[in-house]
Amino acid sequence: MTFASIIIQLLNGLAAAASLFLVSAGLSLIFGVTRIVNFAHGSLYMLGLYGAYSLIQALGRTPVGFWTSVVLAALAVGLVGVLIEVLVLRRIYRAPELFQLLATFAVVLVIKDIALFTWGAEDLVGPRAPGLSMAIEILGRRIPAYDLLLIAIGPVVLLAMWLLLTRTRWGALVRAATQDREMVGALGVDQAKLFTSVFFVGSVLAGLGGALQIPREPANLELDLSVIADAFVVTVVGGLGSIGGAFLAAVLIGVAKAFCIGVGTVNWFGAEIVFSKLTLVVEFLIMAIVLVVRPFGLLGKPQAAQRLAADPAPPLTVPSWTFVLVGLVLLLAVPIAADRYVTILLTDIFCFALFAISLHFIMGPAGMVSFGHAAYFGLGAYAAGLLLKRGGLPMEAALVLAPLVAGAFAVVYGWFCVRLSGVYLAMLTLAFAQISWSIVFQWDSFTGGSNGVFGVWPSAWLAGKTAYYYLALAFCGAGIALLWRVLFSPFGFALRAGRDSPLRAEAIGIDLRAYQWMAFVLVGALAGLAGAVYAFSKGSISPSAISIAQSTDGLIMVLLGGVETLTGPLAGAAIFTWLRDEVARRTEFWRAVMGVVILAIVLLFPQGLIGGLKALTQRWREARA
Amino acid sequence: MLLIKDLHAYYGRAHILHGVSLEASAGEVVALLGRNGAGKSTMMKTIMGLVSAAKGEVTFDGRRIERLQPYRIARLGLGYVPEDRRIFTELSVMENLAVGLQPPRKDAPSWTEDKLFALFPNLANMRERPGGRMSGGEQQMLTIARTLMGNPRCVLLDEPSEGLAPIIVEQMARSIHALKGEGLCVLLSEQNLHFSQAVADRAYIIEKGQIRFGGSMAELTADAALREQYLSV
Repeated sequence: MTFASIIIQLLNGLAAAASLFLVSAGLSLIFGVTRIVNFAHGSLYMLGLYGAYSLIQALGRTPVGFWTSVVLAALAVGLVGVLIEVLVLRRIYRAPELFQLLATFAVVLVIKDIALFTWGAEDLVGPRAPGLSMAIEILGRRIPAYDLLLIAIGPVVLLAMWLLLTRTRWGALVRAATQDREMVGALGVDQAKLFTSVFFVGSVLAGLGGALQIPREPANLELDLSVIADAFVVTVVGGLGSIGGAFLAAVLIGVAKAFCIGVGTVNWFGAEIVFSKLTLVVEFLIMAIVLVVRPFGLLGKPQAAQRLAADPAPPLTVPSWTFVLVGLVLLLAVPIAADRYVTILLTDIFCFALFAISLHFIMGPAGMVSFGHAAYFGLGAYAAGLLLKRGGLPMEAALVLAPLVAGAFAVVYGWFCVRLSGVYLAMLTLAFAQISWSIVFQWDSFTGGSNGVFGVWPSAWLAGKTAYYYLALAFCGAGIALLWRVLFSPFGFALRAGRDSPLRAEAIGIDLRAYQWMAFVLVGALAGLAGAVYAFSKGSISPSAISIAQSTDGLIMVLLGGVETLTGPLAGAAIFTWLRDEVARRTEFWRAVMGVVILAIVLLFPQGLIGGLKALTQRWREARA
Repeated sequence: MLLIKDLHAYYGRAHILHGVSLEASAGEVVALLGRNGAGKSTMMKTIMGLVSAAKGEVTFDGRRIERLQPYRIARLGLGYVPEDRRIFTELSVMENLAVGLQPPRKDAPSWTEDKLFALFPNLANMRERPGGRMSGGEQQMLTIARTLMGNPRCVLLDEPSEGLAPIIVEQMARSIHALKGEGLCVLLSEQNLHFSQAVADRAYIIEKGQIRFGGSMAELTADAALREQYLSV
């Protein structure tokens, strides 16, 4: 690599870092004050990009029209943020944190379909910036002038944010609320207004980040989740709540990605390394390394223990035997009584139920929230498919070995993850899921790349839908039974002790980290089993089995049912899978319908469906007594 | 000015306050005495709306406040100084004061930074110091000053002398006298009887969430048996 090309890649990276920084700074600001992990932040970025596209068309491709559009799009996105805060989040600030997360997932679904409805499914390519479409020659290479402007915008926004946070009363309030928002309220500050203003500023930054990208990338519907993943990585690498850290991390990641593209394919000691394929992975590798070395990010500080109004999780109750037996008998009778469609739908539900229960195990009783649980589901599915197709194993052997493969990955990923806690842990799980996804997606020769693996059918004796139904019921049922049994073993008690009070648990001699690691491996293997059963039921596997969308589906199932009960995730998985199937057959806009249903549930039952029902019956009983 | 009737409050399922009634007037310092866990801090938090009142009435200046949000209560002119100080550690002294700032009130003394620095001279020399790098005594002064920036008519002081060096405690007592001199109503919770005797006009004794005694400080000072029963450790 020559000096000139190093400089050029550096400039490319810095230009890419600008938007990454803007969107991450907004995310960080919102998280700091409201403690809400706003999954919809990537959606706001997407809206900024689409909004700028439409506004430029309306206002004309002149410099004035372009820049007015960018600013207006950012402000409009700010208002969307305010709307989200006022209509949804303000009502659930006192609900458990995870429930707020569920609400923001729902907002992601709704915004995606609003964008689909408004702008259609095609990618929209925006115009170049009028007046800045020329390129400037630097060291013999041509750099778009617009990129140089973006490079300048990053530090300008950083400076503006710094001034806003350190030189104004609003900034003092924001920093004070980041530490202790209850005390800020007791001093006479209206939290609701402060939160709304923070949402506005954070959303404007996301919208601006998106709008500024209009000459550089087409507006498309996949941006919401890919941008939120990038923004998570930047925020976590930089340190949650640190704007300067977000800038540093954005630059680091932007430059690293640019270098991967610039280096291209390299021959090292006879081995061919395709660096350009690393772009999808490199940021997650940086994040994994940073989090292991500096668990609170480059410039972050240990999270202040927030004073939470929420009560600690109530003790788990064992599902009653009659409930389990009646359920089993009914399920055994289904293929006899019901049609083929119900049988297939229930087979899906069994797989997702095991997936959801395994996620519930790790995030509920074990207290480790995972944003990337699809990693194990997908790896199990791929292991099953590849053992069958490439390993030449019989289907039965592939089905049994697949969970072990997923478990083996959980051994590695889990070793890193249990070193962290809270949001950082959740983000790291997401990072590992994305790494797995990128590898599967890009390794065409082995995994089939974006096409996936085909012809993953069960052996002849299981080929019938009824036979496979019973197999899925047996395997998934056994998996669920095992997880539930473990929760009431000493191991399960130790995990819950560790969740409720890590220090006391360690003081009585529990090696918490080892226990959490074991829990990680256990749920990884069982999520892998769910994936393997699912793969054989469909006959094919695609990378979407490992995607963020699959992980969030799992989170929605668990949170919808209620994380504090054992049966909740079961109900959540069933309702979600059934509802998605029903709605998707009727309308193209099934996501919006799902989103609205989830929002309605969130606002009506802040403890999840089953939790809400329990609370209702308890109130009814108390009223009678 | 502050009138509390039959106040009940819970932490989760634990019933902490069992029908507490008390009152405090303008220009008066009232001490709420009791041992650890008697319910003093819960009382303060419940008045301030930080713990919700399950039953009972809190009237401030003729207005019922037990259902209001904390920030509304603060804006009515009721200041709260928490037991654990809760200084914003990342913010400088001046910024901590800025967070507490509220518009002046006609019927209450108005405080400015300079007036507060006169009351707490130690703070004047560390205007730009982050709250996290101050001593316990300095933080205690800052937390009171921060609340006074809201120009309250009445302040709740939760254990103002706790954990402070004797010389700072004396200074704290002088400050409380100054507040009283400004016509404020002061309700303070204390375990330190000596300190309370130095500053308070009247006293209540709380035990297991119930008021066991209410009367003048002189009465309490005269009744050794009462002190022995409820306050000795």
